[in-house]
Amino acid sequence: MKITEKDVTYVADLANLELTEEERTHMVRDLNSILGYIDRLNQLNTDKVEPMAQVSDRYGVDESKTGSERFAYASREDVLFGLRKSLPHEEALENAPDADETFFKVPKVIER
Amino acid sequence: MDLNHLTIDPARTAIQERSTSSVALVESFYTRIQKEDSQIGAYLTLCKERAVEQAEHIDRMAAEGRSLPPLGGIPVAIKDVMCTRGVRTTAGSKILETFIPPFTCTAVRRMEEAGAVILGKLNCDEFAMGSSTENSAFHPVRNPRDTSRVPGGSSGGSAAAVAADMAVVTLGSDTGGSIRQPASFCGVVGLMPTYGRVSRYGLIAFASSLDHIGPLAKSVKDAAIVLRTIAGRDPMDSTSADVPVPDYLAELDKPVRGLKIGVAKEYFGDGLDGEVRKAVEDAIQTLAELDCEVIPISLPHSEYAIPTYYIVATAEASSNLARFDGVRYGYHAKNARTLSEMYRRSRAEGFGAEVKRRIMLGTYALSAGYYDAYYLKAQKVRTLITRDFDEAFKKVDAIVTPTSPTPAFKLGEKVNDPLAMYLADIYTVTADLAGIPGISIPCGETREKLPIGLQILGKHFDEATILRLAHAYEKAGEWS
Repeated sequence: MKITEKDVTYVADLANLELTEEERTHMVRDLNSILGYIDRLNQLNTDKVEPMAQVSDRYGVDESKTGSERFAYASREDVLFGLRKSLPHEEALENAPDADETFFKVPKVIER
Repeated sequence: MDLNHLTIDPARTAIQERSTSSVALVESFYTRIQKEDSQIGAYLTLCKERAVEQAEHIDRMAAEGRSLPPLGGIPVAIKDVMCTRGVRTTAGSKILETFIPPFTCTAVRRMEEAGAVILGKLNCDEFAMGSSTENSAFHPVRNPRDTSRVPGGSSGGSAAAVAADMAVVTLGSDTGGSIRQPASFCGVVGLMPTYGRVSRYGLIAFASSLDHIGPLAKSVKDAAIVLRTIAGRDPMDSTSADVPVPDYLAELDKPVRGLKIGVAKEYFGDGLDGEVRKAVEDAIQTLAELDCEVIPISLPHSEYAIPTYYIVATAEASSNLARFDGVRYGYHAKNARTLSEMYRRSRAEGFGAEVKRRIMLGTYALSAGYYDAYYLKAQKVRTLITRDFDEAFKKVDAIVTPTSPTPAFKLGEKVNDPLAMYLADIYTVTADLAGIPGISIPCGETREKLPIGLQILGKHFDEATILRLAHAYEKAGEWS
């Protein structure tokens, strides 16, 4: 067992998830089963292998540059409405489960 | 018009020549959906009023004698992970049950600009997480070829709609096999383009370094037509590549003689169903008879693909799904006393079991003390898997494998065993990790008449070669 119920409670807290007692029990079982399988990655020696975060830095980039300058094609002028106008206020609020005419509404954050 | 086996060009020609109209075609598809879909469950939302308006526009063009665009008047449908302005988009999740996007996904917009008529939005596993479409928060999809079986997933609705003639073509998304595996299970063509070939702007993100949009269709040619429509750089998606898009249709009929086809032993090991093996070996024989040169290759890190994938994909998902907080859109738990309680309860009540499992796994893999052991390790193995393909493609033009180790399984068969479900993607996740394109095409049936899929993988940005091979194979099948 790599993961205990205590770990599950801690990780759920990090992920902003409230789990029921039953969900926690299942989660301990399922995560241990999956991580047990994932452990086979340790059969490989990767000391000298570079990590790969994405594939898009291999194609269409300016090879002579480094860092974000490689992606010059993906950048745009830093101007107002560079690609499109922002959503109108009322449209941005349209899907909000709780809002007034100006703001998204959430439970009180600061008690005074 | 007979909807069975109806493909893009004959339908478009009929509308252009006015032997039928796009409105009539759209109506007959809705009639069919009404009749069939209660057994299949492919659609989540229909948008008939909008569709008829689009169809009328195309019919007016035809009446005025104007030449129709490539998808002029063609009834299509969209996996419900792609945003459609004004049309509900759920990602198969309760948390987005009432979400009406204020903008449209670039791939969908390009389909519409090419004249396509959108019939509705298609069912899928919640947030595209699953291999059977049983993780939809609304209802599962059933395989039109055998309704006791799953259609595959996560684009199960997209595959089933094409297989049951409830749309001419559909769009799906593929993060670990979610276009190709359901295409294989339902007996249709499914194409995952190269990473970066198609913009993901407006695709509800699952794992951003792995997500792809692509077509499901009844023929390789239709898949090529749709790819040509949706491919190419989009300033709204910085990961869409600035690489020229060839004319896939012009490439389709070029000869395949002399193409080098790699066959990797790692894709024919234990766990491969005997009937699937036989059908794929026969398909390789057919390609050899078309004068392709079959070359044995090795992709030695293949067995590490599933564990690598389930770390990388869940880590990215845990981050992407953090946006669902019950504030700006989506499900919102009522009567919470604090902000934190509102977040937690909204997510607890809004997400389904598999989504929670993946958020948990991804959060764990990224958490302090485990990052190096899991996430960094998986990123390094991803390099090794990608290098395997780089090496192989020095020797061959394409690689041929089974799409899935088994034909479609029964509903309920794997729902209680997440690991068994994950292994259904064993032959498809490798291409997502390496960012190379792959296509699944039908290559036979089991004794129980279940479809079997052949997967052809290609070099980065070389969809043209895999489409050409798939097309040649499809034609060869027609002779027999």
